[in-house]
Amino acid sequence: MNTKQRRILFGIILLAGLFWIVPGIPKMYAQQDSSAKEAPQEGFLAPEFTLETIEGDSVSLHDFRGKVIVLNFWATWCPPCREEMPALQSMYEKYREEGMVVLAVDLTAQDTTEDVQAFIAKNSLTFPVLMDVSATVARAYRAQALPTTFFIGKDGTIQKIIVGGPMSPALLETRIETLLEEMP
Amino acid sequence: MFPVLHIGPFSLQAPGLALVLAAWFGLSLAEKTAPRFKANPERLYTLVTVAFLAGILGGRFIYVFRYFSAFRDAPLSAFSLNLDLFDAAGGAVFALLGGAIYARKYEMPAWETLDALTPFFAVLWIGAALSHIASGKAFGAPTTLPWGIFLWDATRHPSQFYELFAAALTLFLLSRAWRAESPSGTIFLRFLAWISGWTLFLDAFRGDLPNPVFAQAAAWILLAISFYLLDAKFSGDRA
Repeated sequence: MNTKQRRILFGIILLAGLFWIVPGIPKMYAQQDSSAKEAPQEGFLAPEFTLETIEGDSVSLHDFRGKVIVLNFWATWCPPCREEMPALQSMYEKYREEGMVVLAVDLTAQDTTEDVQAFIAKNSLTFPVLMDVSATVARAYRAQALPTTFFIGKDGTIQKIIVGGPMSPALLETRIETLLEEMP
Repeated sequence: MFPVLHIGPFSLQAPGLALVLAAWFGLSLAEKTAPRFKANPERLYTLVTVAFLAGILGGRFIYVFRYFSAFRDAPLSAFSLNLDLFDAAGGAVFALLGGAIYARKYEMPAWETLDALTPFFAVLWIGAALSHIASGKAFGAPTTLPWGIFLWDATRHPSQFYELFAAALTLFLLSRAWRAESPSGTIFLRFLAWISGWTLFLDAFRGDLPNPVFAQAAAWILLAISFYLLDAKFSGDRA
């Protein structure tokens, strides 16, 4: 290929690129539809659920719409889950007045209520601990490893998913502060 | 989508695993092909290692700097193994700086070194596509086409598989190109042209981009730059 042929080819490709971009702009904005759908993925609405707390109260995700939610999947037999709980409690105490809530979903199907109660008492946890007896919520959120934590914005959209742990206090704090500042 | 692989008592994060394996395989390939580009395989290996370490440390440093107040109360968190305590843009800048400083110190010629690193970059792109398949990120826009896949509550373009196809085809075409004689820098510039061209084309089928116009415009500009430099290289070589 000589210089002239090469330049013509490059020019045609660049021109085609422009024609590919410009008409597609309105359509592409229309197809960014993730925030209207529920899915356990960043950018989507957090799947709705209703569970009972260990005290027997019914709690739904939509009860907390307008707040920043830290949704943590855990179990008492999971060492990193246990390790990060004091940091979650500390963040809950620090930011609850600013509109943040921690929802700790225990995979009760793989746990015992007695162990959960003992763990809550030992660590003086005050945030809602929800009992996922049939693991339906864990399945809906595809929580395949423990701990898995979803950071949900005030509009109900999942902003960040962290698989594994333990999360450091600084990581929790930076994520929560970012959500409290950025979201409407 | 398989974000977590369970092997016995271990849970491995498949997206990260795909990237690590791609980096390892890509680096092995780059070492093997280095002599074609008159590059020293050992220097190349060290260059990537230095850039990687500089990127990791730099990304963490920038993150701590950005959110200093959070680390003031828990300074040991700065040394936490959490991979999420990382600023990607800062990490990329530090990786580039680290690599550039190393290359300059050992007087590694820029274009030949970039050519020699191209197999690494190309395989890493395949790893990124596999990582997207595993995590479900970089998902496609809704479609009614028969090859759409059901993902995240809709039938969507299998954009991660499009990306994998593009990356694999690019590696194949580049592997043919680097067997032939060509001016220094043109292997890397071809890779740059391919990846920006594919991005420009395939981003039209994605449903996750926060700013699609910016992404496509950036790809088009990169494509134009790579064409300009390729033309200059080939014209210069002929002259």
